Amino acid sequence: MSILDAIYALLGLMFAAASFINLRDRSNPKRYKSALFWGLYAVTFFFGTWLPPFVTGCLVILMALTAGIGGLGKGASGEAAEAERRERAAHFGNRLFVPALLIPLVTVAGTLLLQHVANHGHPLVAVKDATLVALGVAVLVALAVGLVMLRQQAAVPLFEARRLLNSVGSVAVLPQLLAVLGALFALAGVGQVVADLVGRFIPVDNAFAVVTAYAVGMALFTMVMGNAFAAFPVMTAGIGLPLIVHLHHGNPGVMGAIGMLAGYCGTLMTPLAANFNIVPAALLELPDQNGVVKVQIPTGLILLVVNTLLIYFLVFRF
Amino acid sequence: MLTLVGVLIVIAGFALRQNPLLVVIVAAVATALAGGIAPAAIVTDIGRAFTENRYMALVWFTLPVIGMLEKNGLKERAQALIARVRSATTGRLLILYLAMRQCTAAIGLTSFGGHAAMVRPLVAPMAEAAAAARFGALPEQTRYLIRAHAAAVDNIGVFFGEDIFIAMGSVLLIKAFLDQNGIALTPLSIALWSIPTALAVFLIQSLRLLWLDRRLERGLGKRP
Repeated sequence: MSILDAIYALLGLMFAAASFINLRDRSNPKRYKSALFWGLYAVTFFFGTWLPPFVTGCLVILMALTAGIGGLGKGASGEAAEAERRERAAHFGNRLFVPALLIPLVTVAGTLLLQHVANHGHPLVAVKDATLVALGVAVLVALAVGLVMLRQQAAVPLFEARRLLNSVGSVAVLPQLLAVLGALFALAGVGQVVADLVGRFIPVDNAFAVVTAYAVGMALFTMVMGNAFAAFPVMTAGIGLPLIVHLHHGNPGVMGAIGMLAGYCGTLMTPLAANFNIVPAALLELPDQNGVVKVQIPTGLILLVVNTLLIYFLVFRF
Repeated sequence: MLTLVGVLIVIAGFALRQNPLLVVIVAAVATALAGGIAPAAIVTDIGRAFTENRYMALVWFTLPVIGMLEKNGLKERAQALIARVRSATTGRLLILYLAMRQCTAAIGLTSFGGHAAMVRPLVAPMAEAAAAARFGALPEQTRYLIRAHAAAVDNIGVFFGEDIFIAMGSVLLIKAFLDQNGIALTPLSIALWSIPTALAVFLIQSLRLLWLDRRLERGLGKRP
């Protein structure tokens, strides 16, 4: 069992606690469904590494059905009253910031450190997992400091986590599920179909038209896939390399870098990038789940124009 | 062409405000069926991809800490702190956060920030408090607008900062892809070209945030 597996197991424990607390919450008319949903999610974290993918797949579909048909219900939030929070804020003062800031600080320090820690020549943690493990450790450190500093009972963090999870709701699982959708899009060859469609309508001799098709194509494709990384290879293989680099002799570094950023403009404008756009709307308790996307659209559009022009003016010059 | 059915299902499902989990799972299954994948294999692929992407849920691991701090008045403390700074406005505060987020991401420190760890407990309450200190109690719609801007700044800062760092996943993806196609470049010669866009978006977003300040002032008026 790797360190990352251990952190996933702890996360599973948190979801299991949320499930259990929801099960006993009589103020929620749908408490059984709510408990089932978070319980299933907990299982995929506890045993995810060892469960056969087919079984996990069944659990995921069951989760989607549980949340999708009739919703999960919420029950009483159990949030501390505002007057009480003000009183505690005055009592604890700036000490409250210490655990909050420990999370990013320890994550950064841990990421840098873990890349250099080795056990008999083998790295303790795979490089790609360093940030994830560091985040897990940072949370545990912040939790320990917070519990002692604020003199909290050990169950408080679990009850509070359940309160926040319920306020986010089933959308909490959406980013992971959209990654699944992206994987199946890739397996079914959706990318190639879109690239062919875009490619069919470009006047290839016009350098500006080619650049525009590439940049706008990156943004549109990213909006459809919810992920610029999925769009990049398809658009670059379909339009970027054959037309901008080979036909018009553009600089591949300029094209790749700014092309990716044109994709990010798409990320700003799509609900399918759920972890960036839908999850924060839920976390900030916005009534409109597209509230964040709407604020980002003007920036996304203006910047897409800027990126297109930047590629056009830089790619053939360097 | 038939494989595009999943895209249509997602667009229709989100537009009609169906439960997003259900929409996505239906779209995934429909796409895979159209792509000629057998039903049992589809379930297996769903399970495998779900497990591979567990890391996306790690953001929720911060909730016990954030929740405990909220219970003990973290938001209220952050608001009290910002209300004391006379020159603070919503726009200026968010510009400052944008600059911090872009700069730290540009040197690879993308973990400074995030919606659960920073925006919900600190940035959004402070942005709201900066406006409330000037204009008194804020209407609900205004509070939602300010919060949405706080979330947007976090995204924009990290998206258009991180690609300047040469060891970032996106830069390495670009390099690996070009390598495969017989074009060898150093990560630096890719990352360098992210700087013009980073500067442009900082300018665009800062102007929008200053404009937000003006809008707030016009809509709510100065406190007497």
